[in-house]
Amino acid sequence: MDKLCSLREAITEEIEDGMAVAMGCTLESLIPFAAGYEIIRQKKRDLTLIAPISDIQFDQLIGAGCVRRVIASWVGNVAAGLGHNFRRAAEEGVPYPLEIEEHSNFTVALGLKAAAMGVSFLPTKTVRGSDFSRAEHFRSVTCPFGGEELLAVRSIVPDVAILHVQKSDCEGNAHVWGNLGVAHEAAFAAKKVILSSEEIVTHEHILSDPNRTIIPGFLVCRVIHEPLGSHPSPAQGYARRDDDFYFDYHDLSRSRKGTLSWLEKWVFSVKDHAGYLALLGEERLKGLKPQGDLFSPRVSFNF
Amino acid sequence: MDYTPRELMVVAAAREIRDGEIIFVGMRLPLLGFAVAKEIYAPRAIGIFENGVMRDWPAREAFLTISDPPNVAGSLYCGSVLDVMALLQSGRVDLGFIGGAEVDRFGNLNTHWVEEKGKRIRLPGSGGAADIATMASRCIIIMNHERRRFPPKVHFVTSAGYGNGAHWREQERLSGGGPSRVITSLGIFSFDPVTREMVLSSTHPGVSVEEIQRETGWPLRIQEDLRETDPPSADELAVVRKYDPKGVWTS
Repeated sequence: MDKLCSLREAITEEIEDGMAVAMGCTLESLIPFAAGYEIIRQKKRDLTLIAPISDIQFDQLIGAGCVRRVIASWVGNVAAGLGHNFRRAAEEGVPYPLEIEEHSNFTVALGLKAAAMGVSFLPTKTVRGSDFSRAEHFRSVTCPFGGEELLAVRSIVPDVAILHVQKSDCEGNAHVWGNLGVAHEAAFAAKKVILSSEEIVTHEHILSDPNRTIIPGFLVCRVIHEPLGSHPSPAQGYARRDDDFYFDYHDLSRSRKGTLSWLEKWVFSVKDHAGYLALLGEERLKGLKPQGDLFSPRVSFNF
Repeated sequence: MDYTPRELMVVAAAREIRDGEIIFVGMRLPLLGFAVAKEIYAPRAIGIFENGVMRDWPAREAFLTISDPPNVAGSLYCGSVLDVMALLQSGRVDLGFIGGAEVDRFGNLNTHWVEEKGKRIRLPGSGGAADIATMASRCIIIMNHERRRFPPKVHFVTSAGYGNGAHWREQERLSGGGPSRVITSLGIFSFDPVTREMVLSSTHPGVSVEEIQRETGWPLRIQEDLRETDPPSADELAVVRKYDPKGVWTS
Protein backbone atom coordinates (compact mmCIF):
# COMPACT_ATOMS: atom_id res chain seq x y z
CA MET A 1 0.00 0.00 0.00
CA ASP A 2 1.37 3.39 -1.01
CA LYS A 3 1.42 5.63 2.07
CA LEU A 4 3.25 8.55 0.48
CA CYS A 5 1.71 11.93 1.17
CA SER A 6 2.69 15.49 2.02
CA LEU A 7 3.66 16.49 5.53
CA ARG A 8 0.68 18.84 5.64
CA GLU A 9 -1.69 16.01 4.81
CA ALA A 10 -0.11 13.64 7.34
CA ILE A 11 -0.25 16.12 10.23
CA THR A 12 -3.77 17.31 9.33
CA GLU A 13 -5.17 13.80 9.19
CA GLU A 14 -3.19 11.90 11.81
CA ILE A 15 -2.51 14.39 14.63
CA GLU A 16 -5.40 15.51 16.81
CA ASP A 17 -5.31 17.99 19.65
CA GLY A 18 -4.56 16.25 22.96
CA MET A 19 -2.64 13.32 21.46
CA ALA A 20 0.53 11.79 22.96
CA VAL A 21 3.26 12.10 20.32
CA ALA A 22 6.73 10.53 20.51
CA MET A 23 9.16 12.66 18.48
CA GLY A 24 12.90 12.82 18.07
CA CYS A 25 13.56 9.43 19.60
CA THR A 26 17.12 8.93 18.32
CA LEU A 27 18.36 11.64 20.74
CA GLU A 28 20.29 14.50 19.04
CA SER A 29 20.17 13.18 15.47
CA LEU A 30 17.33 12.46 13.01
CA ILE A 31 14.94 14.72 14.92
CA PRO A 32 11.81 15.24 12.77
CA PHE A 33 12.01 19.04 12.83
CA ALA A 34 10.06 19.47 9.55
CA ALA A 35 7.14 17.55 11.10
CA GLY A 36 7.41 19.64 14.28
CA TYR A 37 7.24 22.86 12.25
CA GLU A 38 4.12 21.59 10.46
CA ILE A 39 2.49 20.80 13.83
CA ILE A 40 3.24 24.38 14.89
CA ARG A 41 1.94 25.75 11.57
CA GLN A 42 -1.32 23.88 12.02
CA LYS A 43 -1.63 25.15 15.62
CA LYS A 44 -2.18 21.76 17.19
CA ARG A 45 -2.88 22.08 20.93
CA ASP A 46 -2.62 20.19 24.24
CA LEU A 47 -0.15 17.59 22.95
CA THR A 48 1.86 15.31 25.20
CA LEU A 49 5.41 15.03 23.85
CA ILE A 50 7.45 11.91 24.51
CA ALA A 51 11.22 11.38 24.09
CA PRO A 52 14.32 11.25 26.29
CA ILE A 53 16.14 14.23 24.72
CA SER A 54 14.93 15.98 21.56
CA ASP A 55 17.32 18.88 21.62
CA ILE A 56 15.40 22.12 20.82
CA GLN A 57 12.37 20.44 19.26
CA PHE A 58 10.40 20.27 22.51
CA ASP A 59 11.36 23.85 23.39
CA GLN A 60 10.05 25.05 20.00
CA LEU A 61 6.74 23.21 20.31
CA ILE A 62 6.30 24.42 23.91
CA GLY A 63 7.04 28.03 22.88
CA ALA A 64 4.53 27.72 20.04
CA GLY A 65 1.80 26.75 22.51
CA CYS A 66 1.27 23.20 21.19
CA VAL A 67 2.14 21.32 24.39
CA ARG A 68 0.38 20.59 27.66
CA ARG A 69 2.65 17.83 28.96
CA VAL A 70 6.09 16.34 28.35
CA ILE A 71 7.29 12.83 29.20
CA ALA A 72 11.04 13.35 29.00
CA SER A 73 14.36 13.09 30.77
CA TRP A 74 15.90 16.33 29.50
CA VAL A 75 14.46 19.42 27.81
CA GLY A 76 16.80 22.18 26.68
CA ASN A 77 19.33 23.06 23.99
CA VAL A 78 22.04 20.40 24.04
CA ALA A 79 25.01 22.49 22.87
CA ALA A 80 23.85 25.86 24.23
CA GLY A 81 22.26 24.99 27.59
CA LEU A 82 18.85 25.80 29.00
CA GLY A 83 15.62 25.79 27.00
CA HIS A 84 14.14 29.24 27.45
CA ASN A 85 10.60 28.30 26.37
CA PHE A 86 10.65 25.19 28.55
CA ARG A 87 11.69 27.44 31.44
CA ARG A 88 8.96 30.03 30.79
CA ALA A 89 6.29 27.33 30.60
CA ALA A 90 7.52 25.49 33.71
CA GLU A 91 8.22 28.62 35.78
CA GLU A 92 5.52 31.08 34.67
CA GLY A 93 2.98 29.09 32.66
CA VAL A 94 3.86 31.04 29.50
CA PRO A 95 2.40 30.53 26.94
CA TYR A 96 0.65 27.68 28.81
CA PRO A 97 1.34 25.77 32.02
CA LEU A 98 3.36 22.61 31.45
CA GLU A 99 3.04 19.25 33.20
CA ILE A 100 6.29 17.27 33.34
CA GLU A 101 6.50 13.51 33.79
CA GLU A 102 10.13 13.29 34.95
CA HIS A 103 12.31 10.47 33.71
CA SER A 104 15.88 9.40 33.09
CA ASN A 105 16.92 8.27 29.62
CA PHE A 106 16.70 4.65 30.73
CA THR A 107 13.21 4.96 32.23
CA VAL A 108 11.79 6.59 29.05
CA ALA A 109 13.30 3.69 27.10
CA LEU A 110 11.81 1.16 29.54
CA GLY A 111 8.36 2.81 29.49
CA LEU A 112 8.30 2.66 25.69
CA LYS A 113 9.71 -0.89 25.65
CA ALA A 114 6.96 -1.98 28.07
CA ALA A 115 4.32 -0.59 25.70
CA ALA A 116 6.11 -2.14 22.71
CA MET A 117 5.99 -5.54 24.47
CA GLY A 118 2.40 -5.18 25.59
CA VAL A 119 3.08 -5.16 29.35
CA SER A 120 2.03 -2.45 31.80
CA PHE A 121 5.47 -1.93 33.35
CA LEU A 122 9.09 -3.07 33.31
CA PRO A 123 11.27 -3.46 36.42
CA THR A 124 14.62 -1.74 36.84
CA LYS A 125 17.38 -0.90 39.31
CA THR A 126 17.87 2.62 38.04
CA VAL A 127 17.05 6.05 39.60
CA ARG A 128 16.22 4.58 43.02
CA GLY A 129 17.93 7.37 44.89
CA SER A 130 16.65 10.20 42.72
CA ASP A 131 13.95 12.51 44.07
CA PHE A 132 11.91 12.18 40.88
CA SER A 133 11.64 8.40 41.38
CA ARG A 134 8.91 9.12 43.96
CA ALA A 135 6.52 10.23 41.19
CA GLU A 136 3.42 8.17 40.45
CA HIS A 137 4.74 6.62 37.24
CA PHE A 138 7.29 4.73 39.34
CA ARG A 139 6.33 2.11 41.95
CA SER A 140 8.27 -0.30 44.07
CA VAL A 141 7.88 -3.93 43.05
CA THR A 142 9.24 -7.15 44.59
CA CYS A 143 10.84 -9.80 42.42
CA PRO A 144 8.63 -12.93 42.76
CA PHE A 145 11.67 -15.18 42.34
CA GLY A 146 14.43 -13.75 44.52
CA GLY A 147 12.59 -11.14 46.59
CA GLU A 148 14.70 -8.25 45.28
CA GLU A 149 13.05 -4.86 45.49
CA LEU A 150 12.93 -3.13 42.11
CA LEU A 151 11.41 -0.03 40.59
CA ALA A 152 8.49 -0.55 38.20
CA VAL A 153 8.37 1.92 35.32
CA ARG A 154 4.85 2.47 33.98
CA SER A 155 4.41 1.84 30.25
CA ILE A 156 4.39 4.84 27.93
CA VAL A 157 1.97 4.48 25.02
CA PRO A 158 2.26 7.13 22.29
CA ASP A 159 -0.78 7.70 20.10
CA VAL A 160 1.68 8.49 17.33
CA ALA A 161 5.44 8.22 16.86
CA ILE A 162 6.96 10.60 14.32
CA LEU A 163 10.41 9.54 13.17
CA HIS A 164 12.82 10.82 10.56
CA VAL A 165 14.71 8.05 8.76
CA GLN A 166 17.34 7.79 6.06
CA LYS A 167 15.52 5.42 3.70
CA SER A 168 11.98 4.20 3.42
CA ASP A 169 9.95 2.51 0.73
CA CYS A 170 6.47 3.82 -0.01
CA GLU A 171 4.98 1.38 2.51
CA GLY A 172 7.10 2.69 5.39
CA ASN A 173 9.63 -0.14 5.63
CA ALA A 174 12.55 1.92 6.86
CA HIS A 175 16.32 1.65 7.05
CA VAL A 176 17.98 3.63 9.84
CA TRP A 177 21.66 3.66 10.75
CA GLY A 178 23.79 5.43 13.30
CA ASN A 179 22.74 5.76 16.95
CA LEU A 180 19.20 4.45 17.42
CA GLY A 181 18.30 5.99 20.79
CA VAL A 182 14.76 4.79 21.55
CA ALA A 183 13.46 5.05 17.97
CA HIS A 184 12.82 1.34 17.61
CA GLU A 185 11.02 1.14 20.97
CA ALA A 186 8.92 4.23 20.15
CA ALA A 187 7.86 2.84 16.77
CA PHE A 188 6.78 -0.47 18.29
CA ALA A 189 5.09 1.22 21.29
CA ALA A 190 2.99 3.70 19.30
CA LYS A 191 -0.50 3.06 17.97
CA LYS A 192 0.68 4.42 14.62
CA VAL A 193 3.88 5.75 13.08
CA ILE A 194 4.53 8.65 10.72
CA LEU A 195 7.84 8.61 8.86
CA SER A 196 9.62 11.42 7.10
CA SER A 197 12.48 10.11 5.00
CA GLU A 198 15.59 11.44 3.30
CA GLU A 199 15.09 9.03 0.42
CA ILE A 200 12.27 6.91 -0.93
CA VAL A 201 13.68 3.61 -2.19
CA THR A 202 12.17 0.52 -3.77
CA HIS A 203 10.76 -2.34 -1.74
CA GLU A 204 13.52 -4.57 -3.21
CA HIS A 205 16.15 -2.16 -1.92
CA ILE A 206 14.78 -2.58 1.63
CA LEU A 207 14.62 -6.37 1.29
CA SER A 208 18.24 -6.51 0.10
CA ASP A 209 19.49 -5.41 3.54
CA PRO A 210 17.01 -6.60 6.18
CA ASN A 211 19.25 -6.09 9.23
CA ARG A 212 19.09 -2.38 8.55
CA THR A 213 15.28 -2.36 8.68
CA ILE A 214 14.48 -0.79 12.04
CA ILE A 215 10.80 -0.08 11.37
CA PRO A 216 8.61 -2.55 9.48
CA GLY A 217 6.06 -0.80 7.28
CA PHE A 218 3.00 -2.50 8.78
CA LEU A 219 3.44 -0.21 11.82
CA VAL A 220 3.47 2.90 9.63
CA CYS A 221 0.46 4.92 8.47
CA ARG A 222 2.14 7.75 6.51
CA VAL A 223 5.40 8.23 4.64
CA ILE A 224 6.66 11.65 3.62
CA HIS A 225 9.58 12.20 1.30
CA GLU A 226 11.29 15.10 3.09
CA PRO A 227 15.01 15.53 2.33
CA LEU A 228 16.74 17.48 5.13
CA GLY A 229 13.58 16.98 7.19
CA SER A 230 15.74 16.69 10.30
CA HIS A 231 17.46 20.06 9.85
CA PRO A 232 19.12 21.43 12.01
CA SER A 233 19.80 17.98 13.50
CA PRO A 234 22.13 15.64 11.59
CA ALA A 235 21.19 12.68 9.40
CA GLN A 236 24.17 10.35 9.08
CA GLY A 237 25.26 10.19 5.44
CA TYR A 238 22.97 13.07 4.40
CA ALA A 239 23.52 16.17 6.56
CA ARG A 240 25.80 17.46 9.26
CA ARG A 241 24.47 19.28 12.32
CA ASP A 242 23.78 22.99 11.73
CA ASP A 243 25.33 24.19 15.00
CA ASP A 244 24.78 27.90 14.39
CA PHE A 245 21.04 27.36 13.98
CA TYR A 246 20.87 26.09 17.58
CA PHE A 247 22.94 28.98 18.95
CA ASP A 248 20.84 31.56 17.04
CA TYR A 249 17.65 29.97 18.35
CA HIS A 250 19.10 30.05 21.86
CA ASP A 251 19.86 33.77 21.66
CA LEU A 252 16.55 34.75 20.11
CA SER A 253 14.33 32.52 22.26
CA ARG A 254 15.67 34.18 25.41
CA SER A 255 12.58 36.44 25.32
CA ARG A 256 8.97 35.62 24.52
CA LYS A 257 9.03 38.30 21.85
CA GLY A 258 12.18 36.81 20.29
CA THR A 259 10.56 33.37 20.25
CA LEU A 260 7.51 34.72 18.44
CA SER A 261 9.68 36.44 15.83
CA TRP A 262 11.72 33.24 15.41
CA LEU A 263 8.52 31.24 14.85
CA GLU A 264 7.21 33.85 12.44
CA LYS A 265 10.39 33.77 10.36
CA TRP A 266 11.11 30.04 10.25
CA VAL A 267 7.64 28.49 10.52
CA PHE A 268 4.68 30.76 9.84
CA SER A 269 6.14 32.85 7.02
CA VAL A 270 6.99 29.75 4.96
CA LYS A 271 4.40 27.48 3.44
CA ASP A 272 6.19 24.18 3.89
CA HIS A 273 9.59 22.58 4.35
CA ALA A 274 10.68 23.48 0.82
CA GLY A 275 10.07 27.12 1.75
CA TYR A 276 12.10 26.66 4.95
CA LEU A 277 15.02 25.18 3.00
CA ALA A 278 14.84 28.06 0.51
CA LEU A 279 15.03 30.47 3.42
CA LEU A 280 18.15 28.68 4.71
CA GLY A 281 19.68 29.20 1.29
CA GLU A 282 21.74 27.03 -1.01
CA GLU A 283 25.07 28.15 0.38
CA ARG A 284 24.21 27.12 3.93
CA LEU A 285 22.75 23.79 2.84
CA LYS A 286 25.85 23.06 0.77
CA GLY A 287 27.96 23.56 3.88
CA LEU A 288 25.97 20.86 5.69
CA LYS A 289 26.55 18.21 3.03
CA PRO A 290 28.87 15.39 4.21
CA GLN A 291 32.36 15.58 2.74
CA GLY A 292 33.80 12.56 0.96
CA ASP A 293 32.48 9.02 0.97
CA LEU A 294 32.38 6.62 3.90
CA PHE A 295 30.56 3.59 2.55
CA SER A 296 30.15 0.37 4.48
CA PRO A 297 31.08 -2.77 2.56
CA ARG A 298 28.29 -4.74 0.90
CA VAL A 299 27.41 -7.99 2.60
CA SER A 300 26.15 -11.17 1.01
CA PHE A 301 22.78 -12.71 1.83
CA ASN A 302 23.58 -15.49 -0.61
CA PHE A 303 22.43 -19.01 0.05
CA MET B 1 54.35 25.05 30.66
CA ASP B 2 51.19 27.17 30.41
CA TYR B 3 47.84 25.45 30.59
CA THR B 4 44.24 26.45 31.31
CA PRO B 5 42.24 25.31 34.38
CA ARG B 6 40.03 23.26 32.08
CA GLU B 7 43.02 21.51 30.52
CA LEU B 8 44.04 20.51 34.03
CA MET B 9 40.51 19.19 34.70
CA VAL B 10 40.60 17.12 31.50
CA VAL B 11 43.94 15.62 32.45
CA ALA B 12 42.76 14.90 36.01
CA ALA B 13 39.75 13.07 34.54
CA ALA B 14 41.99 11.08 32.18
CA ARG B 15 44.18 9.89 35.09
CA GLU B 16 41.13 8.24 36.68
CA ILE B 17 40.56 5.92 33.71
CA ARG B 18 42.19 2.49 34.01
CA ASP B 19 43.14 0.33 31.08
CA GLY B 20 40.42 -2.00 29.83
CA GLU B 21 37.61 -0.20 31.61
CA ILE B 22 34.18 0.51 30.13
CA ILE B 23 33.48 4.20 30.55
CA PHE B 24 30.25 6.16 30.18
CA VAL B 25 31.80 9.22 28.59
CA GLY B 26 29.50 12.17 27.84
CA MET B 27 30.44 15.44 26.14
CA ARG B 28 32.95 18.21 26.74
CA LEU B 29 35.71 17.68 29.32
CA PRO B 30 35.12 13.94 29.93
CA LEU B 31 35.21 13.28 26.19
CA LEU B 32 38.63 14.92 26.01
CA GLY B 33 39.65 13.06 29.17
CA PHE B 34 38.75 9.82 27.41
CA ALA B 35 40.97 10.85 24.48
CA VAL B 36 43.95 11.58 26.76
CA ALA B 37 43.44 8.29 28.60
CA LYS B 38 43.23 6.31 25.36
CA GLU B 39 46.39 7.83 23.94
CA ILE B 40 48.47 7.60 27.12
CA TYR B 41 47.11 5.48 30.00
CA ALA B 42 44.31 3.23 28.89
CA PRO B 43 44.60 2.13 25.24
CA ARG B 44 42.09 -0.69 25.75
CA ALA B 45 39.36 1.41 27.41
CA ILE B 46 35.94 1.49 25.72
CA GLY B 47 33.85 4.66 25.65
CA ILE B 48 30.07 4.30 25.58
CA PHE B 49 27.48 7.00 24.99
CA GLU B 50 23.88 7.17 26.14
CA ASN B 51 22.49 7.28 22.58
CA GLY B 52 23.75 3.73 21.97
CA VAL B 53 27.19 4.43 20.48
CA MET B 54 30.30 2.58 21.67
CA ARG B 55 33.79 3.59 20.58
CA ASP B 56 37.22 2.03 21.02
CA TRP B 57 38.89 5.24 19.88
CA PRO B 58 37.71 8.84 20.27
CA ALA B 59 36.62 10.65 17.12
CA ARG B 60 39.34 12.81 15.66
CA GLU B 61 37.04 15.60 14.52
CA ALA B 62 35.46 18.07 16.95
CA PHE B 63 31.69 17.93 17.48
CA LEU B 64 29.05 19.29 19.85
CA THR B 65 26.68 16.42 20.65
CA ILE B 66 27.22 12.70 21.09
CA SER B 67 24.92 11.95 18.11
CA ASP B 68 26.88 14.12 15.66
CA PRO B 69 28.10 12.24 12.56
CA PRO B 70 31.82 12.26 13.55
CA ASN B 71 31.00 10.35 16.76
CA VAL B 72 29.00 7.76 14.81
CA ALA B 73 31.39 7.18 11.88
CA GLY B 74 34.11 4.74 12.85
CA SER B 75 32.35 3.72 16.04
CA LEU B 76 32.58 0.18 17.34
CA TYR B 77 28.85 -0.32 17.80
CA CYS B 78 25.71 1.66 17.08
CA GLY B 79 22.73 0.52 19.06
CA SER B 80 20.04 1.79 21.36
CA VAL B 81 19.66 3.51 24.71
CA LEU B 82 18.48 0.18 26.12
CA ASP B 83 21.70 -1.56 24.96
CA VAL B 84 24.03 0.75 26.85
CA MET B 85 21.73 1.10 29.87
CA ALA B 86 21.57 -2.71 30.06
CA LEU B 87 25.37 -2.73 30.39
CA LEU B 88 25.06 -0.24 33.25
CA GLN B 89 22.29 -2.15 35.01
CA SER B 90 24.11 -5.46 34.77
CA GLY B 91 27.13 -3.94 36.49
CA ARG B 92 29.49 -3.88 33.53
CA VAL B 93 30.19 -0.14 33.39
CA ASP B 94 33.26 0.70 35.46
CA LEU B 95 33.13 4.46 35.42
CA GLY B 96 30.81 7.28 34.43
CA PHE B 97 31.35 11.01 34.24
CA ILE B 98 28.56 13.37 35.34
CA GLY B 99 28.09 17.01 36.25
CA GLY B 100 25.34 19.35 37.33
CA ALA B 101 24.22 22.76 38.52
CA GLU B 102 24.74 21.86 42.20
CA VAL B 103 26.64 19.24 44.16
CA ASP B 104 26.45 18.82 47.93
CA ARG B 105 28.85 17.45 50.56
CA PHE B 106 27.65 13.87 49.99
CA GLY B 107 28.07 14.09 46.20
CA ASN B 108 24.38 14.38 45.34
CA LEU B 109 23.83 16.24 42.07
CA ASN B 110 20.99 18.50 40.98
CA THR B 111 20.04 19.28 37.40
CA HIS B 112 16.29 19.85 37.98
CA TRP B 113 15.80 23.26 39.59
CA VAL B 114 17.61 25.85 41.67
CA GLU B 115 16.53 29.02 43.40
CA GLU B 116 17.93 32.44 42.62
CA LYS B 117 16.74 35.49 44.55
CA GLY B 118 13.71 33.53 45.75
CA LYS B 119 12.73 32.54 42.22
CA ARG B 120 12.74 28.95 41.02
CA ILE B 121 14.83 28.33 37.91
CA ARG B 122 13.89 25.22 35.96
CA LEU B 123 16.85 23.23 34.59
CA PRO B 124 16.77 20.57 31.84
CA GLY B 125 16.53 17.42 34.05
CA SER B 126 18.40 14.14 34.34
CA GLY B 127 19.19 12.95 30.84
CA GLY B 128 21.23 9.82 31.51
CA ALA B 129 22.98 11.22 34.58
CA ALA B 130 20.68 9.61 37.17
CA ASP B 131 21.15 6.23 35.49
CA ILE B 132 24.94 6.57 35.63
CA ALA B 133 24.90 7.86 39.22
CA THR B 134 22.73 4.97 40.37
CA MET B 135 24.42 2.08 38.58
CA ALA B 136 28.01 2.75 37.45
CA SER B 137 30.66 1.01 39.56
CA ARG B 138 32.09 4.45 40.25
CA CYS B 139 31.32 7.99 39.17
CA ILE B 140 33.39 11.07 38.72
CA ILE B 141 31.73 14.43 39.13
CA ILE B 142 33.13 17.35 37.13
CA MET B 143 32.14 20.85 38.28
CA ASN B 144 33.04 24.50 38.08
CA HIS B 145 33.84 25.39 41.67
CA GLU B 146 31.54 28.23 42.74
CA ARG B 147 29.83 28.69 46.10
CA ARG B 148 26.33 28.69 44.60
CA ARG B 149 27.12 25.33 42.96
CA PHE B 150 28.39 23.81 46.25
CA PRO B 151 25.49 24.12 48.76
CA PRO B 152 25.47 21.94 51.91
CA LYS B 153 22.36 20.24 50.55
CA VAL B 154 21.12 20.29 46.95
CA HIS B 155 17.62 21.66 46.26
CA PHE B 156 16.69 18.45 44.47
CA VAL B 157 18.47 15.12 44.09
CA THR B 158 18.58 14.33 40.37
CA SER B 159 21.55 11.97 40.51
CA ALA B 160 22.20 10.36 43.86
CA GLY B 161 25.62 10.42 45.45
CA TYR B 162 25.77 9.16 49.05
CA GLY B 163 22.37 10.63 50.07
CA ASN B 164 22.74 11.80 53.65
CA GLY B 165 25.97 9.89 54.12
CA ALA B 166 27.30 6.68 55.71
CA HIS B 167 25.29 3.58 54.63
CA TRP B 168 22.56 5.45 52.72
CA ARG B 169 23.37 3.87 49.33
CA GLU B 170 23.30 0.35 50.81
CA GLN B 171 20.02 1.06 52.63
CA GLU B 172 18.45 2.39 49.46
CA ARG B 173 19.94 -0.58 47.55
CA LEU B 174 21.61 1.46 44.84
CA SER B 175 23.56 -1.02 42.73
CA GLY B 176 26.50 1.21 41.73
CA GLY B 177 29.37 2.28 43.93
CA GLY B 178 28.71 6.02 43.99
CA PRO B 179 31.01 8.97 43.35
CA SER B 180 34.73 8.34 43.80
CA ARG B 181 36.05 11.80 42.95
CA VAL B 182 34.90 15.35 42.38
CA ILE B 183 37.16 17.21 39.96
CA THR B 184 36.56 20.95 40.15
CA SER B 185 38.15 24.04 38.66
CA LEU B 186 39.99 24.53 41.99
CA GLY B 187 40.87 21.08 43.32
CA ILE B 188 40.08 17.39 43.59
CA PHE B 189 37.96 15.72 46.27
CA SER B 190 37.54 12.10 47.31
CA PHE B 191 34.95 10.68 49.74
CA ASP B 192 35.47 9.49 53.32
CA PRO B 193 35.03 5.68 53.26
CA VAL B 194 32.94 5.73 56.47
CA THR B 195 30.98 8.98 56.58
CA ARG B 196 30.93 9.35 52.77
CA GLU B 197 31.58 13.05 53.10
CA MET B 198 33.52 14.92 50.41
CA VAL B 199 37.18 15.38 51.44
CA LEU B 200 39.59 17.77 49.73
CA SER B 201 42.52 15.65 48.54
CA SER B 202 44.43 18.04 46.29
CA THR B 203 44.47 21.72 45.40
CA HIS B 204 45.28 22.82 41.86
CA PRO B 205 48.58 24.71 41.48
CA GLY B 206 48.21 28.32 42.64
CA VAL B 207 44.91 27.69 44.46
CA SER B 208 44.76 28.05 48.27
CA VAL B 209 42.65 26.04 50.69
CA GLU B 210 41.11 29.37 51.82
CA GLU B 211 39.94 30.08 48.28
CA ILE B 212 38.35 26.63 48.01
CA GLN B 213 36.67 27.12 51.39
CA ARG B 214 35.28 30.48 50.23
CA GLU B 215 33.71 28.78 47.22
CA THR B 216 32.29 25.84 49.20
CA GLY B 217 29.02 26.06 51.16
CA TRP B 218 30.04 23.88 54.11
CA PRO B 219 33.10 23.61 56.39
CA LEU B 220 35.69 21.78 54.29
CA ARG B 221 37.11 18.48 55.36
CA ILE B 222 40.72 18.24 54.28
CA GLN B 223 42.77 15.09 53.77
CA GLU B 224 45.75 14.84 56.15
CA ASP B 225 48.29 14.50 53.35
CA LEU B 226 46.75 17.25 51.20
CA ARG B 227 48.66 17.44 47.94
CA GLU B 228 48.97 19.77 45.01
CA THR B 229 47.40 18.41 41.80
CA ASP B 230 50.14 17.37 39.37
CA PRO B 231 50.09 19.84 36.49
CA PRO B 232 49.51 18.43 33.00
CA SER B 233 52.59 16.87 31.43
CA ALA B 234 53.70 17.92 27.95
CA ASP B 235 52.40 14.60 26.58
CA GLU B 236 49.01 15.07 28.22
CA LEU B 237 48.68 18.63 26.98
CA ALA B 238 49.65 17.60 23.46
CA VAL B 239 46.76 15.13 23.36
CA VAL B 240 44.25 17.64 24.79
CA ARG B 241 45.26 20.13 22.09
CA LYS B 242 45.21 17.49 19.36
CA TYR B 243 41.55 16.78 20.13
CA ASP B 244 40.55 20.36 20.98
CA PRO B 245 42.82 22.42 18.69
CA LYS B 246 40.65 25.53 18.88
CA GLY B 247 40.16 25.35 22.64
CA VAL B 248 36.37 25.04 22.27
CA TRP B 249 36.10 23.12 25.55
CA THR B 250 39.32 24.00 27.30
CA SER B 251 40.02 27.71 26.75
